[in-house]
Amino acid sequence: MDLHDLYLISPQIAMAGMAGIIVLLDMFVENKRVVMITAFLGLAAPLALSLILWFNIPDDNVGLFGALIVDRFSLFFHILFVSVGALVFLSSARYQDKFEGFRGEFAALMMFSLSGMMLLASARELITMFVALELISLPMAALIAFLRDDKSSEAGLKFLLMSAISSAILLFGVVYIYGFTGTTFFAEIFDRVASLQASGALDPDVPFGSYALLFGIVLLFLGLAFKLSAVPAQMWVPDIYEGGPTPVVAFLSVASKAAGFAIVLRLIYAALAEPALSLDIGALFAVLAAVTMTLGNFMALRQANIKRLLGYSTIAQAGYIMVGVAAVATSAQGGGTASSGPQGVLFFLVGYGFTNLAVFFAIIAITNRTGDDMISGFAGMARRSPVFAAILALGLLSLLGMPPTVGFMGKAFIFNSAVNADLLWLAVLAMVNSAVSAFYYLRIVRTMYLDDPVSDDRVDGDISLTLVTSLTAAGVLVFGVAPWFLLRFAEVAIDGLAIG
Amino acid sequence: MFSGWLTAAVFLPAATALVLVFMPRRDSWIRWTAIGATVVELGLTIGIFVAYEVDRGGVQLVDFLDWIPIDGFEANYFLGVDGLSAPMILLTGILGAAAAFASWRVTHRVREYFIWLLILQTAVTGVFASLDLLLFFVFWEIELIPMFMLISGWGTGQPRYSAMKFVLFTLTGSAFMLVGILALFVSQDIGTFAMISLPEEGIVGIPEKMALASGLIAPAGLIFALFFVAFAVKLPIWPLHNWLPDAHTDAPTAVSVMLAGVLLKMGGYGMIRISTGFFLDSPGFQIKDIAWLLAAGAAISVAYGAVVTLRQTDLKRLIAYSSISHMGFVMLGIAAISATGDRGPSGGLNGAALQMFTHGTITGLLFLLVGMTYERAHTRHIPDLGGLATRMPLIATAFLVAGLASLGLPGLSGFPAEITVFLGTWDTWPWATGIAAFGIVLAAAYILWMVQRSFFGPMLPRFADVKDASAVDLIPVVGLIVPIVAIGIWPSLITDSFRVGIAAMLG
Repeated sequence: MDLHDLYLISPQIAMAGMAGIIVLLDMFVENKRVVMITAFLGLAAPLALSLILWFNIPDDNVGLFGALIVDRFSLFFHILFVSVGALVFLSSARYQDKFEGFRGEFAALMMFSLSGMMLLASARELITMFVALELISLPMAALIAFLRDDKSSEAGLKFLLMSAISSAILLFGVVYIYGFTGTTFFAEIFDRVASLQASGALDPDVPFGSYALLFGIVLLFLGLAFKLSAVPAQMWVPDIYEGGPTPVVAFLSVASKAAGFAIVLRLIYAALAEPALSLDIGALFAVLAAVTMTLGNFMALRQANIKRLLGYSTIAQAGYIMVGVAAVATSAQGGGTASSGPQGVLFFLVGYGFTNLAVFFAIIAITNRTGDDMISGFAGMARRSPVFAAILALGLLSLLGMPPTVGFMGKAFIFNSAVNADLLWLAVLAMVNSAVSAFYYLRIVRTMYLDDPVSDDRVDGDISLTLVTSLTAAGVLVFGVAPWFLLRFAEVAIDGLAIG
Repeated sequence: MFSGWLTAAVFLPAATALVLVFMPRRDSWIRWTAIGATVVELGLTIGIFVAYEVDRGGVQLVDFLDWIPIDGFEANYFLGVDGLSAPMILLTGILGAAAAFASWRVTHRVREYFIWLLILQTAVTGVFASLDLLLFFVFWEIELIPMFMLISGWGTGQPRYSAMKFVLFTLTGSAFMLVGILALFVSQDIGTFAMISLPEEGIVGIPEKMALASGLIAPAGLIFALFFVAFAVKLPIWPLHNWLPDAHTDAPTAVSVMLAGVLLKMGGYGMIRISTGFFLDSPGFQIKDIAWLLAAGAAISVAYGAVVTLRQTDLKRLIAYSSISHMGFVMLGIAAISATGDRGPSGGLNGAALQMFTHGTITGLLFLLVGMTYERAHTRHIPDLGGLATRMPLIATAFLVAGLASLGLPGLSGFPAEITVFLGTWDTWPWATGIAAFGIVLAAAYILWMVQRSFFGPMLPRFADVKDASAVDLIPVVGLIVPIVAIGIWPSLITDSFRVGIAAMLG
C-alpha cells in the first residue's frame, strides 16, 4: 500500500474519518446542533475528493492490491451516495428530536454506512465486496433501531438477522465461485470462465456451464437480493419500513438499494460478461424481476400504513430496475453496451432516488406534525399543507411512472432496453404491473386531495426540510421533462465500466 | 422549425391552470378566467383549422425541437397538424369551451375543478397535435390524472369506483401501447418515434419506414396488437367497454362532455393514424389481414351497444351505451381498409373520421343537456321524468335536435357520417354493414323513446317550478348545435380536411 492507493481510496477514507471525528466531537460538544452542522459540512470532503478523481481519473486506477477500482462508474455512485446522505441529513433536522441525546451517533453511523457504500461501488474483488456489504449493514441495523420503541427495535433486530443470513448465503456462493475459478477478482473470474469455455470444460446444456458455478452464482445473487430488496430476500422490507425512523428508511430505500445495484452491474460487466454466463444471468434476473415486481405490487394493494405501503412499493420498484439489469445482462455479451442499457439503469436509480426522497421527505414533514403514518391520516392534506401534499402527490405519480416525471422517463429507458434485448414479455409484464400500481398510488393522492381533513391544523416543515423536499421535487420534474443531462452523465459513468 | 401555433394551443390551458393556482380565492374570478381561456383556446383551434391549407396538404404548422438528443433514444418535440388531426384539434377546442361553460354552476372547490379541467384539455389537445410517438404517449397518459380527480371528486353515484375503474382500464391498455412504441423504436429498420415524415428536418416517419422494413424486433402482428388494445379500450370496443358506462354516468356533466366528445376519439384517432397508417404495408402482417375481425368487432359493438341502450332507464347511462354503439361505426369504417375497387378504403376511413367528429359534437351536446335536465329535475331516471318540454322548451328543443342528429336524420351531421361509413364498407363487409344498419333502427327507437318519455307527455306537477336554460347555459348549447347543423348541410366543411389527411396516409 502506497500513497497512490491512499489517493484512490481517499473519498472512502474521508467519509470514515469524518464519521470518527463526529464520534469524538459528540463526546465533548454539548450543543448537538454544532455536531450536526459539522457532520453535514464534513460530507463536503468525500464529495470534493470524488469530484477531483472524476475529473482526473488516474491511468493506474486499480489500487489496494487490485481490490479497488476508481472509475467514473464508482465515482458516479460516490456522488450519488454523498448527495443522498446530505439530503437526508438536512431533512431530518427536526425529526432528530426523537433521538434525544443520540444525534451525534446518528450522523456518525450514517457516515460509516455511506463509506461502506462507497467501498462497495469501487470493489472489484469478492472479499472486498463482502466487507463493504457488512460495513453498510451493521450501522444500518443500529440506525433502524434508533427510535428505541418496540417497533423500531424489532425492526432493527430483524434487519440484523436477515442481513446476517443473507451474508452467509452470499459467502457460501463466493466459496463455490472461488472453488471453481480459483480467484476472487472479478476480472480473473471472467478470464477463467472464458478459458474453461474455450477448453470445452463447460457443459452448454447446464446453466452457467457447470452445476458448481450455477450454485455459486445463484447463491451470490440471492445474497445480494437482500440489498436490492428483491425476491426471495424481500420479507424484511415492509416491517423495517414501518418500524424504522423515516429518514433512515428514506436513506435505506435509496442509497442502500443503489449500492446493491452498483455491485450487481459491476459483477455482470466485469466478472460475468462471458456470453455463456450473461445470457443465463439475464434469464435469472428476468425471472426474479417478474416475481419481485408482481409480488411487491399485489402486496401493496391493501396496505393502510403509508410507510409499509412504500415498503412494498420499493420492492416493486426494485423489480423494474431488475428488468433493466436483465436486459443489460442479456445484451452485455462481450462487454458491449446496448443502447440505453446500463445507463438506463443508472438513470432510473437516480430518478428513483429523487422520487423516493421527495416522497419520504414529504412524509417526514407531514408526520412530524401529525404523528400518524396511516394513509387515513393524510386525508385532506392538500388543504392543510398544499406544498407538501403536492410534492408527495408528484412523487407518487413518479413512482407510478406518469409523465412528465422522471419515473416515466426511467421506465421508458429501462423498458426500451428490455424490448431491445428481446425481453418483450418482461416489458409487457412490467407495464401491466405499473398499471396495477395506479390503484394504491392514486388512492393516496385521492385521499390527500378529495377527503375532508381530520383537523384544520396547518402542517408546515422547517426551512431545511422544505428546501430539500422542494429540491428533490424539482429534480423529479426537471429530469422528467429534460432527461438528457442526467442521461449523458450516466453514459459517461458507464464508459468507465469496461472489463477490468 | 417552430411556428408556435400548436405549442400555444396545447399549453394555453395548462398555463391558465398555473395562473389559477396563484389566483386569489374568488370563485367568480377563477371561473371566468378559466372560461375565458377556453374561449381563447377555441379561437386558436379555429385559427389552426382555418390556417391548415387543405390544397397544400401534408404536415403544417410544425413545431419541432430536439427533445432527448441522446443516441439510442432520439425523441423529438414534434407537433404538427395534417388533414386528419386539424379537425380533431378543432373538436377539442369546441368541446373544451363547451365543457368550461357547462361548469359555470360548479360551486364545490371551484379552483381545483377548473385546474384539472384545463390540464385535461392540454393533454387531449397534445394527443392530437403530437407527431412523435413518445410525446403522443406522454399526453395520452397525462390525461388520466385530471380525469381521475374530476370523476372522483366531483362525480355522483359511485364516483371513486368508476374513476379507479376508468384509470385501471386505460392504464392497462396504454401499458401495452408503450411496449409497442418501444418495439417499433428498437427495430433496426425503424429506429424513430416520428409518426409522419418531415422532409425539412430530414425525418422519415414510421409509415414510410415500415413499408421498406425487412423485419421488426417482434412480429408485426404482435406490435399491432399491443397498440390496438390501447385504442380498443379507449374507443371502446366490445368486450373492453366495461369502464365506459360507469365513468360516464358518474362523471360530472362537463367531464362526460369531454369524455364522450374527445377522449373516446383519441382511441379512434389512434386506430386510424397508428393501427391503420403504420400497418398498411408492414412486413409479414398488414391490417388488411384482420379487417374481418375489425368488421366483426364493429358489428358486435354496434348491435350490443344498441340493444343494451334500449334497456337503460338512466339518461346518462343510456347515452353512454349509445356511444359504444356509435363508436362501433368508427371501427366499421376502419374495417373497410381491405376494400378494393374504385372506392378503395378511403370511403370507409373518411366516414370513420367524420363519425368521430360528429359524434363528438352530438354526444357532447346530449350530455350537456342531460346535465342541465338533471340539475333542474334532480333525477335522471327516465320513468320519473315527463312533460318537461312545457317548462323548459329551449332545453327540450335542443335535446330533440341532438337526438335527431344522433339517430342520423338527414340535414344534421350524424347522417353524412353514417352514410359515408355504410357506403364505404358495404361492398366489402355487407353482413357487418347490415348489422350496423340495424343499429340505426334501434337508435331511432331508443332516442325517440327517451325524448318522448322524458320531455313530452303531460306535465308533472312536481316539475312545475322547473326553469328553462339561462343565457349562459345556452352559449355552449348553441355552440354545439352550430357545427351539427353546419356539417349536416355542408359536410365538406370538415371532410375536405379529413380526405386530404387520409389520402396522404393511404399513399
